[in-house]
Amino acid sequence: MIRFNHVSKRYPGGYEALHDVSYHLAAGEMAFLTGHSGAGKSTLLKLIALIERPSGGQVIVNGQNLSKLGRRKIPFHRRNIGVIFQDHRLLFDRTVFDNVALPLIIAGYSHHEIGRRVRAALDKVGLLGKEKLYPITLSGGEQQRVGIARAVVNKPPLVLADEPTGNLDPELSREIMGIFEAFNRVGVSVLIASHDHALIRSMPYRVLGLDHGKLAGDGFWGRDNGA
Amino acid sequence: MERNRTLREQHGLGNGGASRRRRLGGSSALNNYLLRHAQTLIYALGQLSRRPFATLMTVAVIGIALAMPAGLHVMLKNVQSVLSGWDSAAQISLFLQKDATESSALALATQLEQRSEIASVDYISAEQAMSEFQRLSGFGDALKALEENPLPAVLVIHPALQQQGPEQLQRLVEELRGEAKVDLAQLDMQWVKRLYGLMDIGRRGVWVLASLLALAVLLVVGNTIRLAIQNRRDEIVITKLIGGTDAFIRRPFLYTGFWYGLLGGVIAFVMVEASLWVLAGPVNNLAGLYNSSFHLAGVDLDTAGALLLGGLSLGLCGSWLAVGRHLREIEPT
Repeated sequence: MIRFNHVSKRYPGGYEALHDVSYHLAAGEMAFLTGHSGAGKSTLLKLIALIERPSGGQVIVNGQNLSKLGRRKIPFHRRNIGVIFQDHRLLFDRTVFDNVALPLIIAGYSHHEIGRRVRAALDKVGLLGKEKLYPITLSGGEQQRVGIARAVVNKPPLVLADEPTGNLDPELSREIMGIFEAFNRVGVSVLIASHDHALIRSMPYRVLGLDHGKLAGDGFWGRDNGA
Repeated sequence: MERNRTLREQHGLGNGGASRRRRLGGSSALNNYLLRHAQTLIYALGQLSRRPFATLMTVAVIGIALAMPAGLHVMLKNVQSVLSGWDSAAQISLFLQKDATESSALALATQLEQRSEIASVDYISAEQAMSEFQRLSGFGDALKALEENPLPAVLVIHPALQQQGPEQLQRLVEELRGEAKVDLAQLDMQWVKRLYGLMDIGRRGVWVLASLLALAVLLVVGNTIRLAIQNRRDEIVITKLIGGTDAFIRRPFLYTGFWYGLLGGVIAFVMVEASLWVLAGPVNNLAGLYNSSFHLAGVDLDTAGALLLGGLSLGLCGSWLAVGRHLREIEPT
C-alpha cells in the first residue's frame, strides 16, 4: 500500500526532516509511526498525502509513484486516502452531517447516496444522533470522531492519522483506537502517528520508530507480537 | 489483497458506490453534474443573503457604476429621437436679387417645384417679409420710417424627405446658388450638424465612461471575492486536503461573482428607470412648450439585456481574476 524508497525531505532553509527512509506497509496492514516531536512523523504523513513533495527518493502509494503525479491529479490521489488530523480540521459553520458529507459532495455522489453513507459513517463512530449539531457543541473526543467519520465516509483503502488521540484521556484514546481497529479488520490500511507509547505498547501492531528524521526501529512493541 | 476485498464487501465497506456510479448512464451523470451546478448557484445566493447589508453595498456600487453609462446611453437615444423629428425641418432659404419681379420669382418657384429632390417651395414676397419682420422684431414704428423696403423676396425650399443627407443638401444648395435670380442660398441646418457633432462626442463618451466603469466593476467584484476567499481560507484548505479539485473550490466563488454582477445589473436597470421617471414630468412640460408630443422613452429591451448580460459577465470575469490569482496561494501545510 505504501512504499518509501530512500526518501529524504529537506525544507527550504536546510532543515532535514527525513533522511533516507525506506519501509513498506502492506495493503490491509495497520501500523504506528512514533518518535519524539520533530522526528518527522508529520512530514512522513504529508509526503503520503502529497501535502509535501520529497526532496529525494521515491514514494509509492497504492502502486502509484507519486513523483509522477501532476498537480492536477493530486485531488484524486487524496480521495483515496482518509486523513485524520490532531486538530480535527472541521468546518465550524456547518453541521456534523455537512462536515462528513463534504468528501462525498466533492466526489459527486447523488443526494440519496450521500445521506445513506454519511449516516453509515456516523453510526460506525457512534455519533448517529448528532448529525444536526454543530461541531462547536461537541466534546474534543466527539469532534475527533467526526473527523474520523469524514475520513472514512468515502471508503478509502488507506487511512492516515496524525496524533488522533493527542488531546484525549486514555479511555477515549482506547475508544478511538477501537474504531481504527474496526476499519483495519475490514481491510483498510491504517497508519497512525502517535507519541503515546503506553497506548502503542498496549496494541499488537507494527511500530515504525523515527529518530531525527531517520528510521530507527521497525518491529512490534505490543503484547501479541502481531501473531 | 483478495481476502481483504471480500472482507470489505461483506462489511458493506466495498467500493459498491463507485461501481454503481460508473454504471450510471451518460445522461444521468450529466444530470448529476448540472444538478450540482444548480445547487452551487443557489448555495452562492444563499451565502449572499446571509449578509444582506454587505451584499447590498457591493451590489449597489456595481449598480451605480453600470447605471451611469446606461443612463447616458438612454438619454442620448432620447435626444436622437427628438433630433430625428427636427431633421425634416431642414430648409433652404433662397434670397432673391432685389430686381427680381414677383412674377419671375413665382416662375422660379414653379420651376423648382418640378425637381424631384424638392418637396415644396414657399414664396415670401419682400412686403410679406417686411411685415413679418415688423411684427416679430419689435422695431415696428422705426421700420415705417424707412423709405424703401430693404428686404429681398425669399423662396423657402423644403427638400424632399429622401434628400435629407447633409452631403445631398449641400449639393442642392450649391446648385441653387447658381440660379440667375438668386442672390444668396442658405442652408438652415448648421445647428443640426453641430448638434450631431455633439451627439457623436456623447456617444464616444458613453463608451469611454462604460469602459472605465466596467473596469471599476471588475475591481469591485475582484476585491470582494478576494476578501471572501481569505475569509474562507480554512474551508479551502480542508477541501483541498480531502480531495477537492480546483474547479470544485472555484465554483462557489464564480457563482458569487455571477450573482453580484446580475444583481448589480438589475439595480442599475431600476436606477435608470427611476431617474427617467423623475425626469418625465419636466420633460413633458418642456415638450409641451415646444408644441411637441415627445415623451421620454424608457430603457429598451436591447439596453436592458446588455445591462444584465454585461453585469453578469463582468461579475464572472472579476471573480475569475480573483480566484485565479488567490486560490493557488492557499495550499494545505
